[in-house]
Amino acid sequence: MDLLRFITAGSVDDGKSTLIGRLLYDSKNIMVDQLEVLEKQTKNKQAGSIDLALLTDGLRAEREQGITIDVAYRYFSTPKRKFIIADAPGHVQYTRNMITGASNASLIIILIDARQGVAEQTRRHSIIASLLNIPQVVVAINKMDLVEYSQDTYNNIVIDYAKVASQLGLQHVTYIPISALNGDNIVDASETMPWYEGQTLLNYLETVQVETNANLDDARMQVQFVIRPQTEALHDYRGYAGKVLSGVYKKGDSVKILPAGIESTIASLEVNGVAVEEAFAPQPVVIQLADDIDISRGDTIVKLGNEPKVENELEVLLCWLGDKPLQAGNKYYLQHNSRLIRTVVKEVSYKLDVNTLSQQPVTEGVKLNEVVKATIKTASPLVFDAYKTLPATGSAILIDETSNSTVAAVLIQ
Amino acid sequence: MSKYQLDYLEQLEAESIHIFREVAAQFERPALLFSGGKDSITLVHLAKKAFAPGKIPFPLVHIDTGHNFPEALNYRDQLAKELNADLIVRQVGDTIKQRNLTEPKGKFASRNWLQTYTLLDTIEEFGFDACIGGARRDEEKARAKERIFSVRDEFGQWDPKLQRPELWNVFNGRIHKGENVRVFPISNWTELDIWNYIRKEKIGLPSIYFSHDREVLLHEGQYVATSPFIQIDDTDVVLTKRVRYRTVGDMTCTAAIESNASTLDEVIHEITAARISERGETRIDDRVTEAAMEDRKKNGYF
Ligand SMILES: Nc1nc2c(ncn2[C@@H]2O[C@H](COP(=O)(O)OP(=O)(O)O)[C@@H](O)[C@H]2O)c(=O)[nH]1
Repeated sequence: MDLLRFITAGSVDDGKSTLIGRLLYDSKNIMVDQLEVLEKQTKNKQAGSIDLALLTDGLRAEREQGITIDVAYRYFSTPKRKFIIADAPGHVQYTRNMITGASNASLIIILIDARQGVAEQTRRHSIIASLLNIPQVVVAINKMDLVEYSQDTYNNIVIDYAKVASQLGLQHVTYIPISALNGDNIVDASETMPWYEGQTLLNYLETVQVETNANLDDARMQVQFVIRPQTEALHDYRGYAGKVLSGVYKKGDSVKILPAGIESTIASLEVNGVAVEEAFAPQPVVIQLADDIDISRGDTIVKLGNEPKVENELEVLLCWLGDKPLQAGNKYYLQHNSRLIRTVVKEVSYKLDVNTLSQQPVTEGVKLNEVVKATIKTASPLVFDAYKTLPATGSAILIDETSNSTVAAVLIQ
Repeated sequence: MSKYQLDYLEQLEAESIHIFREVAAQFERPALLFSGGKDSITLVHLAKKAFAPGKIPFPLVHIDTGHNFPEALNYRDQLAKELNADLIVRQVGDTIKQRNLTEPKGKFASRNWLQTYTLLDTIEEFGFDACIGGARRDEEKARAKERIFSVRDEFGQWDPKLQRPELWNVFNGRIHKGENVRVFPISNWTELDIWNYIRKEKIGLPSIYFSHDREVLLHEGQYVATSPFIQIDDTDVVLTKRVRYRTVGDMTCTAAIESNASTLDEVIHEITAARISERGETRIDDRVTEAAMEDRKKNGYF
């Protein structure tokens, strides 16, 4: 059994909460007592029905406002897979939440209201999906019951969206007509849409191939923590603990420590306290080297001959998440996995319009939810790959030095 | 599956170990809040793996309400000894005396809420800047939005609006003096994941997780163990039942369920078939208000 992380995106009222509720409910992942609470909370509904949207509605303040305002995580499983859903809200201004939720997703469900078709929000969500390189896109055309389950309506939306997808270079797009409210094509195949011959949503989620860890070539590991037991038995033990971010390491591999550039050989590999011959992403590993060299947290261990870039001036896309605007010249901490480096944003070259992908000049500071192209300079060289080729080493965050808050998602170009 | 792929439990394990190492490296004085329950037992097991062959580089801290199951306390001491881990125990009873707090009254008078005081005092006493807890996001709706690194102000309070976005696997643990962070390495695990992992890893559990005969009283459809900590009235019917616990909290606020499941396989079988969620079934205090957890979290509860 494996694990699939996905995110749901849609405009407010497209039926996202209902859809998630329906997935959990029809796949029998809701417990009796949770249902009782729901039944109590359900208002203005005809007897016997429950408001599935309430299932995913978390904090009280939000309940009062009647909207979802943050990313929430939901879990369910079937005999085939465990699923983690990042539930990101649909509000215009919440690009920030969607980016957060999407950063760990290998699939996105974009909801479209069949009555409205492809909307501005749909484009925005698709653009974010393409920026973050989410491998799989499912376009769920919802509320089919309100358009008389019309195949023509569905086909027209598919044609419209296909244009968006090709513009953005989205490779794997799947279309499913659904009614979240009535449960058509969610878990059970729809009886009202015999013209649709594809999989139900759940069936698709259970079987879609997501190439996690597909990259076996580019070995990347960054040191998180140095293990030095200093006991009698392990007097000279010095193990470098970190996650394999990409690729495979084998005992005996010739390696290079970056950014210093020192070479050595892997003397031993341990995973979870057990010695192994090889370790691969995303295993947590402890590496011992043949030579006694000084390595610390944030250093990267790579294999000789397959090396990432080591530079201190980089081109990046910044998705601004902070309330305080970004001005060129501002200083931040850049956190790149476990490495923390002082950084200055040298220049902001343009703003990306997330509705049209067009490049706009930046006149004032960069505000919350804006995406910009920028040049940043780090106090010491960063060891990285381009986000498009290796997200694990091509992504980072910016941290405000005074408030300590996370203010930007960094996609290295 | 290719030989370079992890199954879902291995993926969850890898993620948790990664988080543990981040905590150890980013904070000066982390602590693992150990409750004696299966979630914190799993945490300790993961911590052991994260730092092997070294020892766990932070203490286990137990906030003891004085109402714990003796089986859980024995287990705790045994575990700390086996791992050669530092164990710090602080008593809620002492806090009540020192701070002149009012002992809660009532039939199932629970010291659960008072734990917060002892916890905050302990954090101050040792200067802990990160407290690792075993909360899971699937436990309850208010938890679903909790971050893995969750910043608390100097009063231990959690403000849903101030939480930092968490992207990829990058954890920002920078804080101001006086603030601390609650870290939840098993956020993404469900109850069933925990049980499956315990089975796979052959992790021993306190005996109360398995069926045993116990004297209980029936209260509003739930079985509560008789103990000196609850008030037994003449009208109460005291029975001996074959029960087990699904979560282990205080004797005053954890209900037992009738069960014959005496092995892990049997327990997992029952849970898979169970139609009542963990919190609804076994936490007496959560039934009070629907937003109980949210209030408690805002007040510095784990
Ligand atoms: N007729 C119909 N109504 C739906 C469907 N899905 C959702 N709705 C309704 O649309 C409204 C908004 O749904 P909700 O799930 O709260 O949307 P969200 O804002 O995207 O989370 C609610 O009144 C739902 O009952 C559907 O498939 N058909």
